[in-house]
Amino acid sequence: MQNELKVVSNATCTFCGCVCDDIELTVEGNHITKAKNACVLGKAWFLNHEAGEGPVARIRGKEATVEEAVEEAARILVDAKFPIIYGLSDTTCEAQRVTVAIADWVGASIDTTTSVCHGPSGMAFQGVGEITCSLGEVRNRADLVIFWGSNPAESHPRHWGRYSTMPKGLFVPNGRKDRTVVLVDVRRTKSAPAADIFLQIKPRKDFEVLWMLRALVKGLTINEADLIDTGVTLEQLQNLVDRMKACKFGVLFFGMGLSMTRGKHLNVEAALALARDLNAFTRFYANPMRGHGNVTGADNVVSWQTGYPFGVNLGRGYPRFNPGEFTTTDTLARKEADAAMIIASDPMGNFSQAAREHLASIPFIALDTKETSTTRAAAVAFTTATYGINVPGTVYRMDDVPIPLRPAFESPYPSDEKILRALEKKVLHLLQAKLQASN
Amino acid sequence: MAITRIKGGKIYDPTNGINGEVRDIWIKDGKIIAPPIEADILPEKVIDATGRIIMPGGVDMHCHIAGPKVNLARKMRPEDKRYAPHVSRTALTRSGTIGSVPSTFATGYLYAGLGYTTAFDAAVPPLSARHAHEELQDTPIIDKGFYLLMGNNHYALEQIAKKDNEKLKSFTAWLLESAKGYAIKLVNPGGVEVWKSGGANISEIDQDIGHFNCTPRQIIQGLSQTAMDIGLPHAVHIHCNNLGIPGNWRTTQATMDALEGRRAHLTHIQFHSYGGEPDDQGKFCSKVQELADFVNSHPEVTVDVGQVLFGETTSMTGDGPLGYYLHKVTGKKWTSADTEMEAGCGIVPMVYKEKSFVNALQWAIGLEWYLLVKDPWQIAMSTDHPNGGSFLAYPEIIQLLMDRTYRQEILKRVHPRVLERSCLKDLDREYTLNEIAIITRAGPARMLGLKNKGHLGIGADGDVTIYNESSNILAMFELPYMVIKYGKVVVEKSEIRLQVPGNTLHVSPSFDSGLVGGIRKWFESYYTIQFENYPVTDEYLSGGGTMIPCNKK
Repeated sequence: MQNELKVVSNATCTFCGCVCDDIELTVEGNHITKAKNACVLGKAWFLNHEAGEGPVARIRGKEATVEEAVEEAARILVDAKFPIIYGLSDTTCEAQRVTVAIADWVGASIDTTTSVCHGPSGMAFQGVGEITCSLGEVRNRADLVIFWGSNPAESHPRHWGRYSTMPKGLFVPNGRKDRTVVLVDVRRTKSAPAADIFLQIKPRKDFEVLWMLRALVKGLTINEADLIDTGVTLEQLQNLVDRMKACKFGVLFFGMGLSMTRGKHLNVEAALALARDLNAFTRFYANPMRGHGNVTGADNVVSWQTGYPFGVNLGRGYPRFNPGEFTTTDTLARKEADAAMIIASDPMGNFSQAAREHLASIPFIALDTKETSTTRAAAVAFTTATYGINVPGTVYRMDDVPIPLRPAFESPYPSDEKILRALEKKVLHLLQAKLQASN
Repeated sequence: MAITRIKGGKIYDPTNGINGEVRDIWIKDGKIIAPPIEADILPEKVIDATGRIIMPGGVDMHCHIAGPKVNLARKMRPEDKRYAPHVSRTALTRSGTIGSVPSTFATGYLYAGLGYTTAFDAAVPPLSARHAHEELQDTPIIDKGFYLLMGNNHYALEQIAKKDNEKLKSFTAWLLESAKGYAIKLVNPGGVEVWKSGGANISEIDQDIGHFNCTPRQIIQGLSQTAMDIGLPHAVHIHCNNLGIPGNWRTTQATMDALEGRRAHLTHIQFHSYGGEPDDQGKFCSKVQELADFVNSHPEVTVDVGQVLFGETTSMTGDGPLGYYLHKVTGKKWTSADTEMEAGCGIVPMVYKEKSFVNALQWAIGLEWYLLVKDPWQIAMSTDHPNGGSFLAYPEIIQLLMDRTYRQEILKRVHPRVLERSCLKDLDREYTLNEIAIITRAGPARMLGLKNKGHLGIGADGDVTIYNESSNILAMFELPYMVIKYGKVVVEKSEIRLQVPGNTLHVSPSFDSGLVGGIRKWFESYYTIQFENYPVTDEYLSGGGTMIPCNKK
């Protein structure tokens, strides 16, 4: 294993929702020394990857055997009255599927990082529907590409080059030259210089501007006075509408700037409705710029197994859905959860004070590849191998395309899936014992 | 080596000519065997089916149960499930939601609960095959598979335009093998590509589809021939152009003629049998007789009905422009998802109302199909789940077919103009149990080329449904007494007794590997994933998977 050199082709990077699968990794022993084709984020993901440290399993900070830790973890979940399970965006679908099974058996709430990211987009989709497409459709057909509330230069560095603005496509033979790129944001980000048109709108005005675009698309009259305080002029909006109606294939990529600012799902509804309305004139699409590598996979798994995408509660023995009621920031901040399992996520590092305080006060299990403020506060902590680097499996790109992982080297730590399968087994065992005891 | 004996049941096994005889069934290692001659061979399990009716496990050859389109519909419609019955978890089984698009575990349990042991998803884009396989792995008990969308696939269209049959055959074989799919599916051939390119749609099969320089007729001919040439167990499966539009019966007739004697399966034919004109709803009428005449004189063509049932459901289709049309007609929320180089899809909530003339006529047209096709081996039961209605409505369809009084009762309630635009009131035919067994299991298995399904002869898979005989047809078929899968009891008294994963059925046709280089070159020019990451490997197959052989001539 020492200094063994190998090359892994067609490896998949799971840092952001681009899920680029053309990475060529040079692997020396248990280090990745090169990541050809990877962007700065991907390079950091692969090259700065550190193998986990310390024992596989800890109970209240002290090393334990995996069996003991699994037993303790199962007990925490089975004995709880309102257990919650959260995270899941940075692991394989195979592990996500076992997690939902555990949630089902113990009657937990199951929620993913979607609820703090594009959850509002999911809710908007439930209200309006969505007109969407895979990234290759953009590559091969799009002549008008709009980014709204998204800064791809920093959040998804290869998006333009691989999918949306640069590549030559079947009906876009000249690549970038055949496209008009529009950026709409509240400040001039690093993405702005690459756009042909930059519209700087005032913060908290996205909904109003999107709604006015809808009105203009439908041929209604808008007065300049209606646009005061939005940062844009009627001429700018009319120009944009003319381009949208006249294009052959337009796509609006939207990010946290819409889904996580004032209005949230209403902003996204406006964007989705605009794309839908434009289909009376041409082909027009609205796609979310999804974040973490496999959050789309988490949405898909939870949806196919329960029928709902996130914020699901299984406490009554069947799935119920209610964002705000069963989403994790809420079940923690309102002190409703009495136990938790956090997988591949760090809420102790980024949730609200109320949520963090409550999480620290209840017994919870954490699975992560490295030490975090969440794993340090956990009653039971597992160090697991990294998906895509050590562990094979399935992930979903931001546009729902499923892609396999090609790991670079093995890890001494078990995969999330392995721990979760052992946990599921133990949970079922304890539940059966509980049932027999009560009979 | 466990042997199961099912004794004393009344067998309906049309494939083997058994029509209500009382016989025993013996199953060993999951397969039906001849009753042992040696007296000392005792079965480990004896199931007493005396007085009960036995059929092979049901085979649903057209439904939408797994994959990206189905999952989008689940995500899109929480309201569809909120007040609907749900599936509660048990010590053995997972929970789920139902509504018109059940979650995966619920799907498996509900099918098994109805006595179905095999089901095929009708439309998956190859780029998302991996997703469909993952969902099928979480759809327990039933054996399953899916058809691959090809009718708007760019590579296929290119070869069809060039009339390069060799390349088309190799591509098709390579694609089915890579995706681990089961059959070729055409959905609005050429029409989805026209829509994606900014056009409206296709209404005639000789319309040019623009950039690709071919017509729907050529796509239909090319791929129906390919299916035969590479020996696929199932014929090409066609969702004709112009679905749902009054007057579309001519497109269907043209499609049938275009086949020129080749094998084909035309799906949810009810939606394609409309007379009248697109802009005059008043003239809407049934043209089933004209189309059924063709089916009745062409044994190489089979159909499934796509029955409409009254109530709320969800339309979901690979026919992107159809989704837009339904959105405009109903005003309801609309989801559309296009897949690069391959396909489209449209999802819109639907309601079919008894008092709506159009909906009531659609309902009647479906029933006309069942009653006007003479040979039940040529027609399979379906609702195009969930488009016409849920698969949970199959028992109601059986009741409609076996009991003409029930049909007439409903005819009295629906919009009165249906009586003059449909001949349903004059159709007296009532299906026998034997015919029901054909259209729900024996026939679909034969259409699919599944030699070990849909019958109870020696060597067949031990998939058996035991019903309580009753004059209440609905109750009888809604609640089988027992369901057996590969010889093991999976459902008893409406409870799941055993959770087995079920097997993914797929084909692996041979192809000239020398032509893969050309496919790769095309792929790498246009797709956005790596060529090596496109094929689905064996570990995605549920239950280890079963490869159904091709019969290449």
